[in-house]
Amino acid sequence: MGIAAISMLLVGCGKATSSTSSSKSSSAALSGKVTAVGSTALQPLAAKAGSQFTSKNSKVNLTVQGGGSGTGLSQVQSGAVSIGDSDIFAEEKAGIKADTLTDHKVAVVGMGPVVNKDAGVKNLKMSQLKQIFTGKITNWKMVGGKDQKIVIINRAQGSGTRATFENAVLKGATAVKSQEQDSNGAVQKIVATTPGAVSYLAFSYFTNKLQALSVDNVTPTDNNVETNKWKIWSYEHMYTKGKPDKATAAFLNYMSSKDVQNSLVKDMGYISIHDMKVTKDAKGVVTNN
Amino acid sequence: MNAKQKDVVATIAINVIVATVVGILFFLLAYILISGLPHVSWSFLTGTTDSFSGAGGIGVQLFNSFYLLILTMLISIPISLGAGIYLAEYAKDNWRTHLIRSAIEVLSSLPSVVVGLFGFLLFVVQFKIGFSVISGAIALTFFNLPLLTRNIEESLSAVPRNQREAGLSLGMSKWKTEIGIILPVALPGIVTGIVLSAGRVFGEAAALIYTAGQSAPVTNFADWNPMDAASPLNPLRPAETLAVHIWKVNTEGLASNAAQLSAAASAVLIIAVLLFNLGARVLGNYLYRRVTASK
Amino acid sequence: MEQTNSEFKQDGAPTSQDWARQLHHATRASREDWFGRGISYLCIGVIILVVASMLWFITSKGMATFTQNHVNLWQFLSGTNWAPDQGHIGALPMIVGSFAVTFAAALVATPFAVGTAIFMTEIAPNKGRKFLQPVIELLVGIPSVVYGFIGLAVVVPFMRHLVGGSGFGIISATFVLFVMVLPTITTMTVDSLRSVPRFYKEASLALGATRWQTVSKVILRAATPGILTAIIFGMARAFGEALAVQMVIGNAAVMPKNLISPAATLTSQLTTGIGDTIDGTLPSNALWSLALILLLMSLFFNALVRLIAKRGQLSHER
Repeated sequence: MGIAAISMLLVGCGKATSSTSSSKSSSAALSGKVTAVGSTALQPLAAKAGSQFTSKNSKVNLTVQGGGSGTGLSQVQSGAVSIGDSDIFAEEKAGIKADTLTDHKVAVVGMGPVVNKDAGVKNLKMSQLKQIFTGKITNWKMVGGKDQKIVIINRAQGSGTRATFENAVLKGATAVKSQEQDSNGAVQKIVATTPGAVSYLAFSYFTNKLQALSVDNVTPTDNNVETNKWKIWSYEHMYTKGKPDKATAAFLNYMSSKDVQNSLVKDMGYISIHDMKVTKDAKGVVTNN
Repeated sequence: MNAKQKDVVATIAINVIVATVVGILFFLLAYILISGLPHVSWSFLTGTTDSFSGAGGIGVQLFNSFYLLILTMLISIPISLGAGIYLAEYAKDNWRTHLIRSAIEVLSSLPSVVVGLFGFLLFVVQFKIGFSVISGAIALTFFNLPLLTRNIEESLSAVPRNQREAGLSLGMSKWKTEIGIILPVALPGIVTGIVLSAGRVFGEAAALIYTAGQSAPVTNFADWNPMDAASPLNPLRPAETLAVHIWKVNTEGLASNAAQLSAAASAVLIIAVLLFNLGARVLGNYLYRRVTASK
Repeated sequence: MEQTNSEFKQDGAPTSQDWARQLHHATRASREDWFGRGISYLCIGVIILVVASMLWFITSKGMATFTQNHVNLWQFLSGTNWAPDQGHIGALPMIVGSFAVTFAAALVATPFAVGTAIFMTEIAPNKGRKFLQPVIELLVGIPSVVYGFIGLAVVVPFMRHLVGGSGFGIISATFVLFVMVLPTITTMTVDSLRSVPRFYKEASLALGATRWQTVSKVILRAATPGILTAIIFGMARAFGEALAVQMVIGNAAVMPKNLISPAATLTSQLTTGIGDTIDGTLPSNALWSLALILLLMSLFFNALVRLIAKRGQLSHER
């Protein structure tokens, strides 16, 4: 597994160097239509990188759309779009034939639990977090906070963010039925304004109106994600069906190039795929590189 | 309580109700405008959006909204005009007509997200048109049609019978009577209906997310050839509208001032709808005067 | 005949053949009529095609839950556990939620809408036309997402202080929907009040009835079918509204216990979940089944409005 990861990384680097040269030399030749659809979490990065890419390759017609990981995976599988953006491995999604798709990991996203500031909690044990989301702990007082009822804001069933959180925290247990929201922005607003609210967000959506929690005294930082000390994180995938065409391949190369990984990815609150010191596979098994 | 007292009580009650409604309406408008207008500037209105954070101006989105609206109206007004005339003039009062009317009303009450997904699977995926202005316009046409058809039919039916008889007795065909006499008289009502549906089209987000798309590629406003990929008039480019932009900034926006941005965009949207309403009203009255030669 | 004809001919008058041609061939007017008829049939045909394809599309997608995934229809309608990822498809919480917010919103909105409409037509028609109508039409143009966020920023905290709980729930959704359907019901009620013949009102006033007696006993009575249609249309909008309700109802797929605990509606569940499902799998089909319910409901509402309108008309004519 480690070897595979390294070779993948090497391939990624190799591609990176080739893409910078190709995008310069072949700017006149490279043309075509690239449509990337799916994950709303990846959309901002893909859109920004896309506009930089098309400014260098003006003949390429590149469109980036959201719609959700499920939409991205189904549409790339049916061949309707060239790239399907997803927060989760295709293997995790029933109804997707993962072996027909090629995975291109383009970034890593760290996620963490957030609570309303009034709850009076800054750190939780992983087991406590699990008990909160399975409905065993219902008052902040039980974990050292205020005497306040816990209001769980979950993410939509089947969403990539929820799958990541449940894999890392619930480990197979079923979450208690609760409020569900389908976007980071909505969760951000609701947790900030609802007393006793708890939910989880990608790091880039943490604001000073929320209290981001440490888990087992590990703080939610990029560095902790890179070493897997912080467990709640996932890859951002770009899936293609079979062998991508020239324009698509060039764009994927550009996504994993240093241009994007070292500047854009970090500026936008994602974690560079090149900085990861561990690899996670579709079953959630983590290995050191 | 006698009839007079009842009358007084009822009048007071109605005034209270109206005051409440007006209060709510003004609170809403004031809330949107006050929280939004301070953040509206010329650069906000004409600038381009940062595709990542959603920060920056809304120039392209504003243009897209109007373009999509005009395109939608170009498709839906002729069709609903014909259908409205059919229902008002030709349709017999039988079960088939009832079925048609029911079908149209069902179409109007479908949730817009369903219409959007239908448009997505049919136009974007099946016909491979992609996320584009034209896909969005067709999806919007779908729920614009029932509203407009119903409105046009009602406006036409409201025209007194003797106007029709006058036309027919002059030896004019039914069609000529309809177009030459009835339609001009019904015009103000029809224009009001168009204004109402335009407002709804302008504010629609759910149906457009999956059809016109959520990205607004920077377009070259010097290029007005609809065939060029970079032209703002190209109907095959993806076009995020203002309402979709507000939705996106609110749901996934990463800009630190996302709240102000969405408030400002909402204020602009309201003002645009207001201007559109006023413009259409003036136009409707003008047309009415021109066509009917009444002063 | 021939002779007379030839005589006519000499005078330059039409022959019988000319007459026959004239009578057998379409006149310009009737050609126009055919043309017009053709156009309007074509247009209605387009609309019917659109409706039919939508119906077919949603029905075929929504039925897949039962035909392909073999979910029991009764379980779907009466089950209370909604977890499609684990294969539990019980749609009752959403059905109850949708009905609750729709009826509650219509119940609150109707008196306000009818009162405003009476004001606009009978009490102060001038103010109504010049001032209220444009404002109300403007409200239709506020995107539902804006309603949703104002609801989240204003209504939810307000309800939290007023009735306790988290503020999310049927009562907040009702309030937001009330404002959203108000313009629809009001404008349509105004239309139906205006279409009451003038002489009804004049006759009533001439008999010495007060304004309120005229309004309540004559005008409202005559306009009842129209007002009911307006209410049903408002309910249809409330039933189909997604983005705004989703923000304030809390989206918890559990049976609503009271008005202030989080609940879910068919549309909120549909909007929340559809982007995360894979075409053709059970979770996706289950959501389309919810869309099918929405469709059947609006068919039902329609049937209802026809029935009421028919009855109103009959007793009115009697």
